[in-house]
Amino acid sequence: MSKKNEKIIIPLIAVGLGILVGMIILLLSGKDIATLFAGLVKGLTGYDMLKAGSAVNLRYPGEFLVSTMPIILTGLSISFAYRTGMFNIGCEGQVIMGSLVSCMVAILVPMPNFIAVVVCIIVGGIAGALWAFIPGLLKSKFNISEVVTGIMLNYTALYGANYFLRALPGSSAQRTVNIPENAMLGSELFKQITNNSRFHWGFIIVIIAVVLFWFIIEKTSFGYSLRATGFNKEGARYAGIKVNKSIILSIMISGFLAGIAGAIVVQGTFGYGRVMVAMDNYGFDGIAVALVGGCTALGVTFAGMLFGLLKVTQPLLQTFGVPKEIGEIISSSIVFFVALQYAIQYYLLKFTSGKKKKKQELQPQGGDVK
Amino acid sequence: MKKVFKSALVLLLAGAMIAGCSSKPAATATPTPEGDGGKTATTCPVKIGLVTDTGGVDDKSFNQSAWEGLVAYAEENGFSTEKGVCIDYLQSTSDADYIPNLSTFADEGFDLVIAVGYLFQEAIDTVSANYPDKNFLFIDSVSENANVMSAVYNAEQGSYLVGIAAGLEAKANGSNKVGFVGGMEGDLIGAFQAGYEQGVLAANPDATIYVDYADSFSDDSKGQALAVKQYDAGATVIYQAAGAAGNGVIKEAKERGGVWAIGVDKDQYKDGEVDGKSIILTSMIKRVDISTKTAAQAILEGKFQGGPVVFNLENEGVGAELSTGRNLSDETIKAIEEYATKIKGGEIEVSAVPVIANGASNK
Repeated sequence: MSKKNEKIIIPLIAVGLGILVGMIILLLSGKDIATLFAGLVKGLTGYDMLKAGSAVNLRYPGEFLVSTMPIILTGLSISFAYRTGMFNIGCEGQVIMGSLVSCMVAILVPMPNFIAVVVCIIVGGIAGALWAFIPGLLKSKFNISEVVTGIMLNYTALYGANYFLRALPGSSAQRTVNIPENAMLGSELFKQITNNSRFHWGFIIVIIAVVLFWFIIEKTSFGYSLRATGFNKEGARYAGIKVNKSIILSIMISGFLAGIAGAIVVQGTFGYGRVMVAMDNYGFDGIAVALVGGCTALGVTFAGMLFGLLKVTQPLLQTFGVPKEIGEIISSSIVFFVALQYAIQYYLLKFTSGKKKKKQELQPQGGDVK
Repeated sequence: MKKVFKSALVLLLAGAMIAGCSSKPAATATPTPEGDGGKTATTCPVKIGLVTDTGGVDDKSFNQSAWEGLVAYAEENGFSTEKGVCIDYLQSTSDADYIPNLSTFADEGFDLVIAVGYLFQEAIDTVSANYPDKNFLFIDSVSENANVMSAVYNAEQGSYLVGIAAGLEAKANGSNKVGFVGGMEGDLIGAFQAGYEQGVLAANPDATIYVDYADSFSDDSKGQALAVKQYDAGATVIYQAAGAAGNGVIKEAKERGGVWAIGVDKDQYKDGEVDGKSIILTSMIKRVDISTKTAAQAILEGKFQGGPVVFNLENEGVGAELSTGRNLSDETIKAIEEYATKIKGGEIEVSAVPVIANGASNK
């Protein structure tokens, strides 16, 4: 079996097994499996299978897309760094900084229409990139693990952002004032079409990000040098690639994507800055999305939609009688089975070739993360 | 062989997860009395949905009380008290869930949607405007929309009474120091703090009051850390108004021994039991269950009306837990009752504006 096919089949098997685990647990707890599927279908399309002939409620697909957008972006963010051999666990903090700066600029800087939306998103992205610059610099200069600095910076971002959000004019203890209308991504048209869901223009940004990700990573020499660094840092250095520069740039681009995710959450979903008690986990969801999506543009898009669906249908599933833990069990089982990919690969190999043990073929993918 | 191993692994995993989760239904079922007594109605004339904040219906406080009101409503009318039949709830994992949770209930044909807690302000304003044909109950704050009944509580009055208890106890044991642990700073919990401050000082003008906020209604480890701080500073009574985060205060008092905690929202005496005795001095009662129950009943009878409804000492929507034979002396109970009469008669006016800053004391 070719490597390319394997890359698609393994996540699919993992998703299948994850859903199977969810189904088994649902069965054992005496619930009807049909409700799980009816709930997922309704969450995706708005159509209720259990009530044949009922009207399609477009709020559900609208909300589904709303929950999908930020985690596709954070999935891309994690993937981008991972292709250069880095694990950007600081993604969560970069999302928070993106939210903060986008919100601050929107509230504090009066801007003409049309420009405001774009400016706020871009400054959000830049804030994420700058926040990612810190672990990037520490990694390239002093070889300090970006995992440790990233996790610490997540908390710095969370509590730091809360301080600044509270300090903005008009803020209460929980939130800022609404950002000006011209910085919002929402649209009355979408609201009308989708039965008052919060669906917003952010989807265009997500599509642009997916295409750019694919183009940079797969089609440019810059992307090639990043991937080379990811495969083998010393080899890349020997080949004349500026490894340190690659590392910093790649994690900054990763941070930029995370920052944009934060910006569209503020400008699209909420319309104000939230003083957060705990992290939203967009960044951590992104890790799962990147893992399942195999760190490719298309894979991340589908994985993001899958995880977004499991997340957004939780209330719906509960009203259908499915315990809310089922969605979490399915998504974590999927991650578990993807992490077991070498085992799946191993059995696939045995199954398809029927040959004897060929452990030496099981080359690790991605870089050696130090 | 390998296939057997693989399927065994899957089963093992599934088994482990079931084992891990099996305690969950039991925990969430605690507010629901055993069985339905065979009087389960097969159909429900109306469906009621309750959306909790991050605390959940087993937070031993605010959200639980709201859910218990619905359970009592179902019981009295002979409906099933099981979640998901005539009454249902959704727990929010973060504020991002508020709007989707409320909208889901409205979309899935629920007749009354209840939002528990003032943190739902934006969400309830938005959703009730999106669904003008649906009815909503908003607890602890006011929404202007016509289809929303807003239940507001004069929590400062009940807090004043437990403040009396704390002040007298601190005087009796000689420490003269008491504490307050709040959830999130703001008007709502501020009223609890304000009433408590005034009550303590009315009973014991020399008392020192420490005030700290957990910045959370769900983080009990934060609540416990603040309790450690205040008890270490010499406080002998702490009033916690922090939802599930306040359970950390109770936990610390139980482990420490020789100190008191004051319950909030519902009678928490049982939560503080150690070796047959409880460290809960008294509890400030806020009858959230009354508001959910009356609203549900009104929906059932087709008499639901939007607008604010105020609960105070007068209509027994708030108060202090004064059962005899517990930890309050008869004199204290008598003193509290006297103050309660004065508040009801308008002789004492309790302000809802706190004085002491977060992290500080009045001395």
